Amino acid sequence: MDGFRVVRRQTPQRWAGFVVLPAALLIALAFCSLLLMIQDKSPVEAAVVLFKGGFGSLYALQDTMLKAIPIFLCSLGVSIAFRMKVWNIGAEGQFALGGVGATWAVLTFPGLPMPLMLTLMLVCAAVTGGLWGMLPGLLKLKFGLNEIISTLMLNYIGIEFMRYLVYGPWKDPGSMGFPMTAMFPEEAIFPEVLGYVHAGLVVCVIAAVAVSVFLQRTRLGFELCAAGENPRAARYARIPYGFLLVFVLTVSGALAGMAGCVEVSATFNRLQPSLCTGYGYTAIVVAWLSRLRTPSIALFSVFLAGLLVGTDNLQVDMQVPAAFGGILEGFILLCVLAGQFFYSYTFVRTGRSQGGAA
Amino acid sequence: MTWDIFVALLAATVLAGTPLLYATMGELITERSGVLNLGVEGMMIMGAFFAFIVQFKTGNPWLATLAAGFGAACIGLLHGVVCLIFQGNQTVSGLALTIFGVGLSDYLGAPFIGEKTVGFQPFDIPFLSDIPVIGPVLFQHDPLVYISYLLPWAVMWFFRRTSLGLALCASGESPDAVQAAGLDPVKMRWLGIFAGAFLVGVGGAYLSLCATHMWTHNLTAGKGWIAVALVIFAFWRPGRAMFGAYLFGGIMAFQLRLQALGTTIPSSLMMMLPYALTILALLFSSARGKGRNAPAALGDNIAPGA
Repeated sequence: MDGFRVVRRQTPQRWAGFVVLPAALLIALAFCSLLLMIQDKSPVEAAVVLFKGGFGSLYALQDTMLKAIPIFLCSLGVSIAFRMKVWNIGAEGQFALGGVGATWAVLTFPGLPMPLMLTLMLVCAAVTGGLWGMLPGLLKLKFGLNEIISTLMLNYIGIEFMRYLVYGPWKDPGSMGFPMTAMFPEEAIFPEVLGYVHAGLVVCVIAAVAVSVFLQRTRLGFELCAAGENPRAARYARIPYGFLLVFVLTVSGALAGMAGCVEVSATFNRLQPSLCTGYGYTAIVVAWLSRLRTPSIALFSVFLAGLLVGTDNLQVDMQVPAAFGGILEGFILLCVLAGQFFYSYTFVRTGRSQGGAA
Repeated sequence: MTWDIFVALLAATVLAGTPLLYATMGELITERSGVLNLGVEGMMIMGAFFAFIVQFKTGNPWLATLAAGFGAACIGLLHGVVCLIFQGNQTVSGLALTIFGVGLSDYLGAPFIGEKTVGFQPFDIPFLSDIPVIGPVLFQHDPLVYISYLLPWAVMWFFRRTSLGLALCASGESPDAVQAAGLDPVKMRWLGIFAGAFLVGVGGAYLSLCATHMWTHNLTAGKGWIAVALVIFAFWRPGRAMFGAYLFGGIMAFQLRLQALGTTIPSSLMMMLPYALTILALLFSSARGKGRNAPAALGDNIAPGA
């Protein structure tokens, strides 16, 4: 009888991504078109608005780059932890804490010259974000606490802490009751470097190079990747698993924290609750879509940032709720996850013709 | 006087604990079958939405509850498709499901924000509700609360006394053994995902039909994640899961009561309380048990063609 059997490939399929990714995107777009039709909106028109809004013009591309910067930094951080199979889903909270750290630097040391001020802000943000990431690492090491739960709970706690600060002690008396800090002085705002894309781009490039060099050229980086492949073998090889665990979560948090710094400084020019809009979760989607490779992370950060900018345009032009972006992200990730099956499995025809092949 | 407040607080504990109880029990069944589904938050809020919309259109709360269960189960089955058929990573798939579910409920629910519904109304159980303290605490609620009292015992009975339940738990411990016994562990896992997601959906239904009686943004507010944590806290045992659900129900009730009384503690610090205590509760239980009771094959996919 004729049928198909699932067989594991001897070597992973290399070019499967070129088929799987577009297919996953198409399925996700088809699903979203259906959703739009439910609400009596034209999917074709929406697709035009979405892609024009995200990628269609020089302005659109610059907007997209602005969103891509924090997503890239968070995603780079998350991907380091994922490499070791440590599930840091706390980028959102580490991002918020980074914003808090940077704001603290501005409020405590006003009047520093710009290069010093920006460096100090970045360092403070990296420290606060890093500590927020280190905490679940230590808890896992000492008490075996599941890091998925602890990093996620610390998201809620970190965001509430940030809200506490802007509603309470750090609230600007001149803000007419709005929960926000006073506007940062000019020295604390990242300058524009490329069109109106700010110097956060430079931070991204430095971070990307540093992470790549670390992972590919240092002993610790090599050990980190090895520990992710096989924790037990890593222990036999005397790789310091516990140290690495805390280390990756700290670095991960520090990168997300720097993203928070860039956002408060360049996008909002102050700390306010609307800082947290889910970049930390988008970062996880990006990290997984790019299979943890740094160049792909850059590419997918820009792509998903473009979708988010396009979704903003949809909201303005066609009154599509902002949640549309989340649906797209989630569904694309589900489709890609399913599609990755074809990297390592294939279908083999079983039937009369096979005879003695078994 | 203080006694009355205490009784009211206990009654509020039961109410706040009920959605957690449904969601925790659902995730517990799924995890016992060997599937880690981190999409609880997404399925729960979709359950809340399905319940709201069916209640809003038909006015029948029972139909709404069923819709919530089946709706959430359909969302949960996406996890099954990704992990059971296509061998996707269970952790990431669950996260994707949460992002997807939260987005979808926000999208579909956007036109209805602030709309009120009737939902379930409390009714007193004759005789039982007249007992002092116990009556007002346990027996003056709505039907979903009464059903939830039976749930842990039903799940315990299912796990221990039915062959289906035993096979389901075995699929979480050793799928190979289930296969060797001539059963299909993948089918058991489908069942675990479906039944679990159904209960999570009913937990969501409780939120929109009994707790708020309306649709708002972010109705679950992390309760799905607390349920995931409670399964670990409960060492994957239904009895302890019930204890955990009411413990956290108590914390939430206490927090709400304090806020209603108007304390000087800033509300954002109060809002942190359940999340911080989730970490603390897990610290205590993992320091004691180190999660040794976790199903052995939890999170591992069953490779096809093996």
